[in-house]
Amino acid sequence: MENRKVISALVENKPGVLARVAGMFSGRSFNIDSLSVAPTMNPEFSRMTIVTHGNEAIFEQIIKQLRKLINISKVQDLTRGDYVDRELVLIKVKAASIKRAEALRIVEIFRARIVDVAQDNLTIEVTGSQGKIEAILELLSSLGILEVIRTGTVAIPRGRKGLKAGDSGD
Amino acid sequence: MPHIKTSIVFAERDGTKLKISGAEILLRSLKAEGVDTIFGYPGGAVIDIFDTLVREFSEDFKFILVRHEQAAVHAADGYARATGRPGICLVTSGPGGTNTVTGLATAYMDSIPVIVFTGQVPTPLIGNDAFQEADIVGITRPCTKHNYLVAQTEDLASTIKEAFFIATTGRPGPILVDLPKDVVQNKAQFEYPDKIEVPTYKPNVKAHLPSVKRAAELIRQAERPVIYAGGGVITSGAHKELYKFASMLNFPVTSTLMGLGCFPATHPLFLGMLGMHGTFRANMAIDNADLLLAIGARFDDRVTGRVEEFARDAKIIHIDIDPTSIQKNIVVDVPIVCDAHDGLSRLIEELEAKGRSPKADEKLKEWHSKLTVWRNQQRQRFDRTTEIIKPQFVVEKLYELTKGNAIITTEVGQNQMWAAQYYLFDNPRTFLSSGGLGAMGYGFPAAIGAQVAYPDKIVIDIAGDGSIQMNIQELATVVQYKLPVKIAILNNGYLGMVRQWQERFYDQVYAHTDITVAPDFVKLAEAYGAVGLRATKSSEVENVIKESLKTKGPVIIDFVVDREEGVYPMVPAGAPLKDMILV
Ligand SMILES: Cc1ncc(C[n+]2csc(CCOP(=O)(O)OP(=O)(O)O)c2C)c(N)n1
Repeated sequence: MENRKVISALVENKPGVLARVAGMFSGRSFNIDSLSVAPTMNPEFSRMTIVTHGNEAIFEQIIKQLRKLINISKVQDLTRGDYVDRELVLIKVKAASIKRAEALRIVEIFRARIVDVAQDNLTIEVTGSQGKIEAILELLSSLGILEVIRTGTVAIPRGRKGLKAGDSGD
Repeated sequence: MPHIKTSIVFAERDGTKLKISGAEILLRSLKAEGVDTIFGYPGGAVIDIFDTLVREFSEDFKFILVRHEQAAVHAADGYARATGRPGICLVTSGPGGTNTVTGLATAYMDSIPVIVFTGQVPTPLIGNDAFQEADIVGITRPCTKHNYLVAQTEDLASTIKEAFFIATTGRPGPILVDLPKDVVQNKAQFEYPDKIEVPTYKPNVKAHLPSVKRAAELIRQAERPVIYAGGGVITSGAHKELYKFASMLNFPVTSTLMGLGCFPATHPLFLGMLGMHGTFRANMAIDNADLLLAIGARFDDRVTGRVEEFARDAKIIHIDIDPTSIQKNIVVDVPIVCDAHDGLSRLIEELEAKGRSPKADEKLKEWHSKLTVWRNQQRQRFDRTTEIIKPQFVVEKLYELTKGNAIITTEVGQNQMWAAQYYLFDNPRTFLSSGGLGAMGYGFPAAIGAQVAYPDKIVIDIAGDGSIQMNIQELATVVQYKLPVKIAILNNGYLGMVRQWQERFYDQVYAHTDITVAPDFVKLAEAYGAVGLRATKSSEVENVIKESLKTKGPVIIDFVVDREEGVYPMVPAGAPLKDMILV
């Protein structure tokens, strides 16, 4: 996606925080491509990873508007530095007996796993970066994809730079 | 501290803390915050609070019972704008809460510290579609700076402390605190925190000095500067600094609607308001400036016109406390995130240490002659010879007869613009108007709030015949509390501002803007027990105003004005400022 931006936000683990973030995006017509949220090691905080796209001016507004929300502790544009991002995807594909070998081969190449097998379909679990996910989906589509469930991206900066409350940086 | 029940004082002395009800915690917290006035309306979910208020705190608070919750919020907002202190509301759950939405949105757009306490159904019933339940926290999330549902009585005092802190600091704004009935009824120990830290909320009020230095350098070299001042100057109490800054540099000043009063309108350096209905001179100044200093203003579309052409030759310095306001509508050269007070103080220091370049000052003289030419070329004007009353004439007379000392509130539409153009505001917090939201029905309740805060000042709502009907029920409130608010209705029988657009841009098809079917406002005032006056000719204007000012109680003056008068100059929406339609 063009101008894909990955934002990591440390937010207080309080009721309504997700609604505040989601409402800010919708109220101001900003895009959310994916959003994932779960508690951090400190249960008082949750981490949100938000993937969005847009031009620089809009993106600057997104970051500022996020920072303006009272329950948000830290907002970081991961795309500005080096980061690792991963997404977990469950893919159900048609796999009549003749196609099964093909499916297994793709699974192996991508270090994916088969998590459920049925008469005429397989469920594959795959984890990876955006690029890897796109690639496996493309290959599997020739077999016939029945359903795809994605978690949305989670991401973390590489190296020592962290995102905890109190860490320096923005 | 008066009025603390002795039993509690004893208990505190013993070191054992007595538990008190949520209702009492709320009211004692408000006292601790220095609140003296509450605007509100009762109902089942807040009946305990009202009961405690009357039984135990009647000496501590003035309570103003409005006749519609929207008016409670506008009144609290008017109180806040007039005093600089937060305005407080107390209303019931469900419809009581939903009626506050327009008031909250108004205060949110104009950055006014208002705190609304709403009742809520008891916590076990929340989510059950209980009687008079509304998810008011959900509903008001996008129109409050922050809001809270208090889950337990133990959290009440600290939540209130936080609400006041957030409402009044940084870029101020409205806060809603939702109080479930059981939270109000249950008891807890009371201790009001002296200080509160909100780790996730740290507004930046202090200017970044290297940016100040860069700005100062631009200021030293500027040949055609304009200061564009907004409501932030008033909010941060920076009008004196602005005065000092502009007069030491001899820089001209224009202001937004929200900024009116931040710089004396009668001062020779004042260009008048800018924007859609700004003066020719102010808009031409922006269009030709080489340096624009935006202070506590946010480049609203009603100010900029076509944004690509706004101040296109100018370097722009932007001082604002809200980082989201900076680079939002317009790209600026020197952004400075801080409050207007600190920003101006630092700039003054810088420029006192090292002044302007003499060459630039030479050019500045030429700039001033240019500004004078523009002023003389196109003054704000109207026909003064007519027998039929021109609405501008009414505003001008109000200015004259109150010697500029009144607090003016406005409704929305032409009345608002004429008030802004023809009443000259020399002092901050004297012009109260719904700028950002543009909510008809604001002016009258806001006048109530201002009058409660300043019983001895003249408070006038400059109104349209449409807008006044949006909160006309508040006549009962002003009569009940003997508030001598004056309502000057510029009665044109139209939703005049919309009619003006239809005249200009919609081929004179007046789609649903004729409102000649209206009450007789004089009789209406009398029906409520107020005084009603009317003027139908220019020659009567002065006398009715004088009479209204002599009257001790509330007065409606029905000025039957020229139905088709328009507000000019006018920049059509989306056009560049220089493309003003003159008279
Ligand atoms: C609550 C609300 N509804 C609609 C509008 C749109 N509107 C803006 S000005 C205006 C006309 C106001 O008429 P009136 O109060 O008679 O004032 P005039 O313009 O004639 O001075 C209208 C309907 C608004 N600003 N607020």
